[in-house]
Amino acid sequence: MNIYVLMKRTFDTEEKIVISNGRIEEEGAEFIINPYDEYAIEEAIQLRDEHGGEVTVVTIGSEDAEKQLRTALAMGADKAVLINTEDDVEESDQFTTVKILEAFFDDKEYDLILAGNVAIDQASGQIGPRLAEKLNIPYVTTITNLKIDGDTAHIERDVEGDVEKLDASLPLLVTCQQGLNEPRYPSLPGIMKAKKKPLEELELDDLDLDEDDVEPKTKTIEVFLPPAKEAGKVLEGEIDDQVKELVSLLRNESKVI
Amino acid sequence: MNFSFNEDILFLKRNVKDFIQTEVEAVAMDIEKEDKIPDRIITMSKELGLFGLSIPEIYGGLGIGMVGKCALYEEIGATHNGYTTLIGAHTGIGTVGIVELGNKKQKEKYLPPMARGERIGAFALTEPSAGSNASNIKTTAVKKGDKYILNGTKHYITNATIADVFTVMAVTDSSKGAKGITSFIVEKDFPGFKVGAVESKMGLKGSQSAEIILEDCEVPEENVLGEVGKGYVNALKILTNGRAGLAARNLGSCQKLLDLSITYTEEREQFGVPIIEHQAVAHMIAEMAVEIEALRSFTYRVAWMVDEGEKVIKEAAMLKLYGSEVYNRVADKAVQVHGGIGYISDYPIERFFRDARITRIYEGTSEIQKNIIAGQLRKEYE
Ligand SMILES: Cc1cc2nc3c(=O)[nH]c(=O)nc-3n(C[C@H](O)[C@H](O)[C@H](O)COP(=O)(O)OP(=O)(O)OC[C@H]3O[C@@H](n4cnc5c(N)ncnc54)[C@H](O)[C@@H]3O)c2cc1C
Ligand SMILES: Cc1cc2nc3c(=O)[nH]c(=O)nc-3n(C[C@H](O)[C@H](O)[C@H](O)COP(=O)(O)OP(=O)(O)OC[C@H]3O[C@@H](n4cnc5c(N)ncnc54)[C@H](O)[C@@H]3O)c2cc1C
Repeated sequence: MNIYVLMKRTFDTEEKIVISNGRIEEEGAEFIINPYDEYAIEEAIQLRDEHGGEVTVVTIGSEDAEKQLRTALAMGADKAVLINTEDDVEESDQFTTVKILEAFFDDKEYDLILAGNVAIDQASGQIGPRLAEKLNIPYVTTITNLKIDGDTAHIERDVEGDVEKLDASLPLLVTCQQGLNEPRYPSLPGIMKAKKKPLEELELDDLDLDEDDVEPKTKTIEVFLPPAKEAGKVLEGEIDDQVKELVSLLRNESKVI
Repeated sequence: MNFSFNEDILFLKRNVKDFIQTEVEAVAMDIEKEDKIPDRIITMSKELGLFGLSIPEIYGGLGIGMVGKCALYEEIGATHNGYTTLIGAHTGIGTVGIVELGNKKQKEKYLPPMARGERIGAFALTEPSAGSNASNIKTTAVKKGDKYILNGTKHYITNATIADVFTVMAVTDSSKGAKGITSFIVEKDFPGFKVGAVESKMGLKGSQSAEIILEDCEVPEENVLGEVGKGYVNALKILTNGRAGLAARNLGSCQKLLDLSITYTEEREQFGVPIIEHQAVAHMIAEMAVEIEALRSFTYRVAWMVDEGEKVIKEAAMLKLYGSEVYNRVADKAVQVHGGIGYISDYPIERFFRDARITRIYEGTSEIQKNIIAGQLRKEYE
């Protein structure tokens, strides 16, 4: 099976995030593989081990993303592709990303493309479905179970806490939800072996694209942090009075009821 | 001089840190309470490849040098020391003998499963009558046909209850003193091999040290490790090799204690300010940090010397001594800056304080290290 995984390098949202000049400060931020993409990588490796074939992990970004690609290779992916847009793309949005991926997949043979359900930084959830539309293949989002049987994929997907079961035909694109698997830690021998695995670097030119082709369709107007959490308030006195005060605060101060 | 790790080592180190701090730290308090390391953690550690830390790549291990090993030991030290000891004893004294002294056949047979953690290694030198004076061992090995018959009792053997492969020292010629000792690879399933009483200890919960009893234990001749009569020298070699690794583990524990101490003293307020603003507390933190930094430099310098193929008998002894003593001083200060909480078992500080204590005793006491250092110095000045 020819399996591709779409991977994004994101900042770790569990670490402190600093914004300056309307951008997230990269200096000091921790960067990771988007956690949902880790499920995609793990699933791809398991499917490859079961059915044979090859796993290629693709990312769009800068040289810095090499670290995350090496991690994916260390986990067990066979090949990695970095589409380096550092010199060509100033501003990008989901359109940009899908346009580049569409060009990348143009001459590729694939049975399955796995992506994360969302990227935790911008959380659009659009890349998978939009790419599938462009490639004219079926897609299923938020999957929590996947079995491949010949040309058919038996899928369970998460629908707001319930499970939906469906079958789809290959080639297929799926986006992965928490619960699909438990991503492995890259093994230490795996890390040593990852050095010798192929990591191909492409630029827009190599995909017959130029800057104008991938110009974003949207514009980011402002980036801001949620308001800082203020100190809590502890109510005192008789229980009855406390309840009255609470209701009044909820109604008049925070206006939630 | 270049004081930085290469990309590979940084990558490995980052991943080990991630695993240790996410998975092992999460169960550190349980390990202490239950005196057991969860099977899940052991399995994950094997999958990660931690058990193959000291084993060459051709035998399925990592094949990294001493600097790299120490970089990883530092991370493995930054959590429960029972876990650290289980891994450390296997990858250190438990496998190094076969790696350094084994012949091709022995390496091919034992190292691959040991690298995968399918077979665990242990090192059995100490006996009731032979601790610091290791050459005084009484366990005998008598040749009979193509076998050696071993008789005797070892004690305090780390990993004895879970190990499959033991590097055992025994006397083959009692007329020759230290030159009459030979090392053997003994499997737990050899006839006459038995694990005896398990010790109850001050610390290192989750790691077990036990007796091993050899009663007409049959060891095939091909399991002689290195040369006959070189067992004592072998033991010293294995221990010397392990010393940088032990210091690196101590370094990791020290760093963890410093991290915990800074976080705590920034948060804890007394007299209206975070206690780190009291100079007495700030100075303790500074003193911890200085000693840790000195230990770090020393550790990687000795590791580098090992990788360069230099003779390090004196330096390894100095490092073992210094690393253990620093760990104990740092642990004491960590308890102090934590106040009452530093003494209470719901918090990790007192556990490190107890666990630090063994490092001045095992793999050669601090006093024995000083004897080695002074002995080497006298030779240099002869
Ligand atoms: C938890 C634990 C795990 C261990 N794991 C292993 C293991 O895996 N394999 C193994 O073989 N052994 C192991 N040991 C044994 C350990 O190496 C010995 O306990 C240690 O070498 C000290 O020996 P001893 O206990 O007999 O003390 P002794 O040798 O009796 O020492 C008692 C005191 O006398 C001092 N002393 C002795 N001789 C001299 C001297 N010449 N000059 C100055 N001072 C001296 C010592 O420094 C010490 O302070 C372990 C021990 C423990 C407690
Ligand atoms: C086993 C045990 C039994 C106890 N029994 C009793 C008891 O029976 N009755 C009772 O009342 N209490 C008892 N205590 C409490 C004990 O007296 C306190 O733990 C102790 O006074 C330290 O206070 P603390 O733990 O809040 O630490 P903190 O006061 O937070 O101190 C933390 C660190 O900051 C340092 N520090 C704080 N302020 C300053 C300063 N101004 N200048 C320099 N350094 C400073 C301290 O010296 C310490 O190193 C007990 C504690 C334990 C652990």
